[in-house]
Amino acid sequence: MIDTRYLKNEERIIYNLRSLYGSYGYLPFKMSKFEEYELYVKNKDFLVSDSVITFNDTNGKLLALKPDVTLSIIKNGQDEKGIKQKVYYSENVYRISGSTRQFKEIMQTGLECIGDIDLYDVFEVVSLAAASLGTISKSYVLEISHLGILSSLLDSINPDKDFQSSVMACLEQKNAHELKTICDEYEVEGEGAQLLCDFVSIYGKADTVLEKLYSLNVSPAFKCAVDELSALIALLDKTEYKDKISLDFSIVNDMNYYNGIVFNGFIEGVCETVLFGGRYDKLLNKMGRKSKGIGFAVYVDLLEDFGAEKRDYDVDVLIVYDRSTDVERLNALVGSYVAKGQSVTTQKSLPQRIRYRELLDIREDKQ
Amino acid sequence: MINVALPKGRLGEKVYSMFANAGYECPSILENNRKLIFENKEKNVRYFWVKPSDVSIYVERGAADIGVCGKDILLEYEPDIYELLDLNMGKCRMAVAAKKDFYDDNEKTLKVATKFANIAKKYYASKCRDIDIIKLNGSIELAPILELSDVIVDIVETGTTLKENNLEVFETIVPISARLIVNKSSFKFKTEEIEKIANSLRDQVKAND
Repeated sequence: MIDTRYLKNEERIIYNLRSLYGSYGYLPFKMSKFEEYELYVKNKDFLVSDSVITFNDTNGKLLALKPDVTLSIIKNGQDEKGIKQKVYYSENVYRISGSTRQFKEIMQTGLECIGDIDLYDVFEVVSLAAASLGTISKSYVLEISHLGILSSLLDSINPDKDFQSSVMACLEQKNAHELKTICDEYEVEGEGAQLLCDFVSIYGKADTVLEKLYSLNVSPAFKCAVDELSALIALLDKTEYKDKISLDFSIVNDMNYYNGIVFNGFIEGVCETVLFGGRYDKLLNKMGRKSKGIGFAVYVDLLEDFGAEKRDYDVDVLIVYDRSTDVERLNALVGSYVAKGQSVTTQKSLPQRIRYRELLDIREDKQ
Repeated sequence: MINVALPKGRLGEKVYSMFANAGYECPSILENNRKLIFENKEKNVRYFWVKPSDVSIYVERGAADIGVCGKDILLEYEPDIYELLDLNMGKCRMAVAAKKDFYDDNEKTLKVATKFANIAKKYYASKCRDIDIIKLNGSIELAPILELSDVIVDIVETGTTLKENNLEVFETIVPISARLIVNKSSFKFKTEEIEKIANSLRDQVKAND
């Protein structure tokens, strides 16, 4: 039996997540820490950080410490009609972090569903993302967007790629003021400009947002994407996660790789996004696969301190003994505490750095 | 509780008065002392003064839910935050300046002295110009005078300092002003309060136009 007192916070979270994914038939996927560098060069833009730690193997081949898990899983799968590869993983990835530009080891636990996927699979994966957040905290938000909605909206306004990427950057920051400037720069006026600026403020409860989206007459492709999002929301509405779900179009993933449903998860008290996920059919396509795919990752390293109880002491009992102490007596004493479920440390003098709840000093001169 | 990071100095004081007008006053902040944190429990708000260039770090890392900082800082550090509002205050521009007789010889690597290495790098990359960045932390104007650099990339407000040192603006990179920024996670859990503040500030900005 596992004594959960000795599990680190993130280990507890990982254990809960693994049992959740396992119960839905996702199989564990173990991969090597290294991967051929070529895999990442071909899909550089898919990676979150632009630098990879590389080194040569014994044959001179350039390897990388893996900065991403999804690519390795895709590489190892096969396309079969009617079949889905459902896997989960707990792996470290190596990326550059923030403004300090230092490499960081990041612990991720997540799952991928790749193959002949349909609405049910999308629903299952999104529900599992919500359930994952639910195993960590009661106060969470799963934010969902559909990239087809954004791309069809942008295509209907101006197909220029530079324009679209500038607009996406503003949407990502909910930055309506600069969106106006960009529209002026690209001579996007009238209804189109207004629609884009309004789009920044379309977020929140799914039913209100969907109502707003249906009231916009953009293009058949836009309506098709809204229908797809609406079908997913209708299913999620019947689950316990209903109140935790909101729609937000500030989730902007690279449209060369991602398509369709994308989602981010937040936990109250954790300042960064803890869960990233989405549909990546385009990535599979680029890698020569016919399958479709959806998955997500929980950034477990962000949860190291989350909800962890602060311990006031390191051990229950500190036994201080000396040379004259009978070893059998010491062993019996230690055993008696361990049998009671208490932790014990034995030392020959009082340690400065160990915090203890009870002190038992059996040194001869102290008795 | 809403935590607000304000930039130390005149801009921060102006911004505080906008927050106070929005219904989030905290009179103790106006007391002349060395305290760094001010709280009004009744209004559920806490303010702290931080170095202007650090505001985005406090907000991105969630120590503050909201903050106000210059667009220069956002462009330089590219924090992952929401930028909800242009406050139309602290207006200036990021510009390339050099000695009056400067001639840009395209055959040479351009030596650029700046505090804003990222902004300078991106700007010249967009022009395919080969540059050598000299990162300085202050008195940037000295660099071209002492021929440490060919040009500087810096914030220009009135241009007086440049003029007094015989320098002038050659190109404007981007206009700068103060922005209201919000931590992404805080926005999810304190949406109503943050929207209330942002809307009130937006109205005040419009009224001042």
